[in-house]
Amino acid sequence: MSTSSAVLSSPRSAPPAPREIPDHLSPGLWTLAWRRLKADRVGMASLAIVAAFIVMMVLSATGLVAKDWSREVGVNYAPPTFVGPDEAAAQAGRAGPATAPAGPTAASDFQSSVVDPIGDVIAELRGEKPAAAGEAAPSSSVDPLADVMKDIQSAKGAPGMTAAPAEARAATLPFGGDKWGRDVIKKTIKGSETSIFVGLAAAAVATLIGTLLGAAAGYYGGRTDDFLNWFYSVFSSIPYLLLILAVAAVLQQKGTMTIVLILGLTGWTGIFRLIRAEYLKHKGREYVQAADAIGASNGRKMFVHIFPNVSHVVLVQLSILAVGFIKAEVILSFLGFGVPVDVVSWGSMLNEAQNELILGKWWQLVAATAAMATLVTAFSLFTDALRDALDPRLKGQAGS
Amino acid sequence: MTAYIIRRLWQMVPTMLGVILLVFLLFNWVGGDPAYVLAGKISNQEQIDNIRRQLGVDQPYWVQLWIFVKQVLTADFGASWSTNEKVSHILATRLGPSLTVLVPLLVIETVVAIGLALAVAYVRGSLTDRMVMIVCTVGLSISILVYIIVFQYFFAYKLGWFPVQGWGDSFLENLFKYASLPILIALVVSIAPNLRLYRTFVLDEINQDYVRTARAKGLSENRIMWVHVLRNASIPIITHLMAALPGLLLGSFLIERFFSIPGIGREVILAVERSDFPVIKAITVYVAFATILSNLLADLMYKAVDPRVQLK
Repeated sequence: MSTSSAVLSSPRSAPPAPREIPDHLSPGLWTLAWRRLKADRVGMASLAIVAAFIVMMVLSATGLVAKDWSREVGVNYAPPTFVGPDEAAAQAGRAGPATAPAGPTAASDFQSSVVDPIGDVIAELRGEKPAAAGEAAPSSSVDPLADVMKDIQSAKGAPGMTAAPAEARAATLPFGGDKWGRDVIKKTIKGSETSIFVGLAAAAVATLIGTLLGAAAGYYGGRTDDFLNWFYSVFSSIPYLLLILAVAAVLQQKGTMTIVLILGLTGWTGIFRLIRAEYLKHKGREYVQAADAIGASNGRKMFVHIFPNVSHVVLVQLSILAVGFIKAEVILSFLGFGVPVDVVSWGSMLNEAQNELILGKWWQLVAATAAMATLVTAFSLFTDALRDALDPRLKGQAGS
Repeated sequence: MTAYIIRRLWQMVPTMLGVILLVFLLFNWVGGDPAYVLAGKISNQEQIDNIRRQLGVDQPYWVQLWIFVKQVLTADFGASWSTNEKVSHILATRLGPSLTVLVPLLVIETVVAIGLALAVAYVRGSLTDRMVMIVCTVGLSISILVYIIVFQYFFAYKLGWFPVQGWGDSFLENLFKYASLPILIALVVSIAPNLRLYRTFVLDEINQDYVRTARAKGLSENRIMWVHVLRNASIPIITHLMAALPGLLLGSFLIERFFSIPGIGREVILAVERSDFPVIKAITVYVAFATILSNLLADLMYKAVDPRVQLK
């Protein structure tokens, strides 16, 4: 009894302990969050990977890295060095530079290139897999050359190509080449520029819209809230992918900014609901009443007083959205509704790789997949760590 | 209960009108004059004028909106701009193939995901649990495109276990021959996120007092997990399933495209590629309506599974 009364009485006699600590030493939300994040090894590792990807994107965008990605440095479909040169391609190379197919070829070159390296592939297709070839897409069952011809014809129209002299082309590349002999690694780096930029920019747009509308709905309440809630329920009742495709159908011109807009304008609903709930919770608190008492305007209360207290929700949502949009961009570009054909992205690489895989050229598929899977895994782990650091109560709950 | 359903149905009206308005604004205002989109296909001024009159786009906007509302209510969206097929006929014939893939997928996926979630949650914190969660996280980060490309190449093209693509006329042939690989791929893709989610649902229940009580009175672990825990964990699971239902209809659209399955999802992609606005409009509006209705259904199921829930 005596000890407890002593404990109870001592703070009353002495001045409150926190007063003695100077204000600038008291750790704020962000300092505490950063400390928790630093203690999370998985979180820090994934942050480093995400940062490395973003640095790579910036370097590529400023032209310091992978500037010459469109140069045809290797032979067509140059295999990775650790696999060794392709026999058929090597023979074609030895036969003389004239038969080595160059990028934008004339019709005569086009004929010879059909005869040479791809002819072997077709023979292989016919010989080894007659049943499978018969069951394949109707176009290839009628004419097994059709797909290959299409590839070659599209190669003629391929933009930005600077054909290297045929004899200067390497038989193998560190991680292989695409169908025009461009280095897959450089292409992947160049593709990251589009994919990561679209993901981050679209997430920023969606977060901005969701935060502004959510803040207005939660703060003003009443009619504004009713209207914005109606707006929200309309948007969220259309399945997300369908909404994206519908907007893509309407916006005819393709471009990186178009796809940022499509994803941003359709993806704000989740963050709207969270921010609205946060503003509802905060608008009745004492500090907002105090701000009201000293005559702060609505905008000032919403964005100077309340916003810093909900910004951790915004940050986590931004991160979750970025992961989702990187994945969505890949699908849209794959389908051809995303970036224009002359812009390389991981989605367009996967689109090319789909046909290449049938020919046994797996490296472009692996490169694009590995880059994307690494980034997305790291980004989702980082999101989980960020959420745990900013809001430790949520620790262990299902993420993204 | 009846009063609740009627009130909820009444509350849906503004949302449905909103969907109609949104789709209308998107396609008739943002998308520009529909006649000019069509004009890309037909370049003859007289014909364009004809089409404008036929579509009613020479009328003021409110008349056009009324035409659209009537189209939605009568389910008569006219003919497709590309194939001239009736839109209602397109929807009716494409629904079957989609459901042939969707229904077995949903059943198998739910059973497998729940079973795995119970098992993984039971050994929570162990190496198995952590490994499964890591595999799920990594598996989630690989694009669905890669799964489809690789599985189609390997199992259909290389090994020849399944047809590469195609669709037949008989239901059983479709289900067992053509739909099996698409279902397998969709299963692999959708199981990772659902397993992660269901695991947290089970974990929420597994530490409850009633589990300890059941164990104390000597019930077998199987009975505890499959009867006591599952019954309680199924509440959020059912809500999640109902909410995911309409999305699934489209979620398989990549699979339908790759395997040439003539379903709703493939129709959406074809329509977007061809700027076939009536088809996209019809599908968007009806899928949105289905979503709104399935939200209500989810709430009603919620009540059926959990008697404590008060509908208000």
